[in-house]
Amino acid sequence: MRVTIDDITVDVEEGTTILTAARKIGGKIVPPAMCWYSKLKGSGGKCRTCLVKVAQSSAKDPRPMPKLVASCSTPVQDGMVVQNITSPEVLEARKAIVEFLLINHPLDCPVCDQAGECDLQDLSFLHGMVETRSEEPRREFPAIDIGDKIKLNMNRCILCYRCVFTADQITGKRVHGVLYRGDAPEISTYIQNVIDNDFSGNVIDVCPVGALTDRTFRFKSRVWFLNAMDAHRDCTHCGGKVTAWMYGNEIYRITGRKDKYGEVEEFICNECRFEKKNFSDWIIEGPRKISRESVISANHYEKLIKPSIIHPIEGTTEKQE
Amino acid sequence: MQLISGRSVVVSNKKMTFWEKIYLPAVLNGMRITFSHLFRKKATIRYPEVKREFAEIYRGQHVLKRDEEGRERCTACGLCAVACPAEAITMIAAERKPGEESLYREEKYASVYEINMLRCIFCGLCEEACPKEAIFLTKRIVPSDFERDGFIYGKDKLVEPLDPLKRIDVSKRETKEVLEFKKDKSKRHNQ
Repeated sequence: MRVTIDDITVDVEEGTTILTAARKIGGKIVPPAMCWYSKLKGSGGKCRTCLVKVAQSSAKDPRPMPKLVASCSTPVQDGMVVQNITSPEVLEARKAIVEFLLINHPLDCPVCDQAGECDLQDLSFLHGMVETRSEEPRREFPAIDIGDKIKLNMNRCILCYRCVFTADQITGKRVHGVLYRGDAPEISTYIQNVIDNDFSGNVIDVCPVGALTDRTFRFKSRVWFLNAMDAHRDCTHCGGKVTAWMYGNEIYRITGRKDKYGEVEEFICNECRFEKKNFSDWIIEGPRKISRESVISANHYEKLIKPSIIHPIEGTTEKQE
Repeated sequence: MQLISGRSVVVSNKKMTFWEKIYLPAVLNGMRITFSHLFRKKATIRYPEVKREFAEIYRGQHVLKRDEEGRERCTACGLCAVACPAEAITMIAAERKPGEESLYREEKYASVYEINMLRCIFCGLCEEACPKEAIFLTKRIVPSDFERDGFIYGKDKLVEPLDPLKRIDVSKRETKEVLEFKKDKSKRHNQ
């Protein structure tokens, strides 16, 4: 199947979505995704940030699709022509979606632990506008503790349902979900039920905003002051491959290893995430590559290049170690 | 040999005249210049008694502001520290407990906030980065000290006094753009 996205043509298998095809190309033409998660079945189609324009449905039917489509749930057809960042219509729609997502968002980034690695923050920085047009009061909920490890800030939630899918598919037994309908839905547990499954901590990693955060890391530091290190250990529950967020030799928090789209490579267990915070528990592999554009890379000097010295007589260049 | 600069001077061993040999006119001329400086306007001032006039936006010692109700504005977001080119600012955040609402404005606050005044270059980027209007630079000069430790200013020196009469006025530092921004209803969510 041949599909053209923003004038770049790529061959993909039948049944792949436009978003997956775009990720195969990579770069700036990949539509952002807030709710779709490649490792969770059934996710996607809720946040509408990945809307793209289909200028030509297929080689057989060259008509454009009448409306913008969600690229995360639309399968490609042979000869399809898609426009993402080359279409002003898409950019305009995305701006409007960001405005909608921020209608009830408290914008308490200075307090929020997710700041610096928050998908909504990045998205609104790139596509959002400076002003707010809504004058209505924002929805407010008190922050509650789900168990002794996870904090739920319902104010910040954008209802992407990722945590619901994670609890269904990774932990096996789900005790939380989305209550109510229309403009009043909220994430909640069944009468303050505690989430205590072995893999329940993964809802923190999949949350694109700061709605679900780690209580063991609550207000400990900001992510850009920490060094992200790849680390591993022998774990009986999971693969044990994690990112350790360190300050000197102290481990402040453990998360899964996230790729450039903010998705974890491997889900990790609660024992690794919450209980192993000693330097001796882990084998440190080395610094994790984090995009230069990210604030996490600010003030970090990863690689020191010393100037090479030219020998005054022989004229040979010797590299300083 | 032709020199590239073309500014070379040929040294001459010309004999001095009688007036030049006694050196007296040259010495007297030197004395005249020296004494004429006594009657000029002085470049220095007698500092602790006399103080220079500072610009309203002089960048001196920092202050951590409180709001109208006396609550600390700083929420330890770390933006000043990441903006600081000299890496002079460090902080440790803590969670506000129930009953401390009159002390701290937000649910998070800085339990430790330190500025190393020896590292600080008074560029004012922290003031610019602050989303909460908490840190400002003031007209005050950082006093000298005998110990290096004395230059690490903690919250005891940085936070302004609770007494409304002893508050530090920074209203002059707010530019026209800032005041317009504050009035704009559509940008209220940023405040």
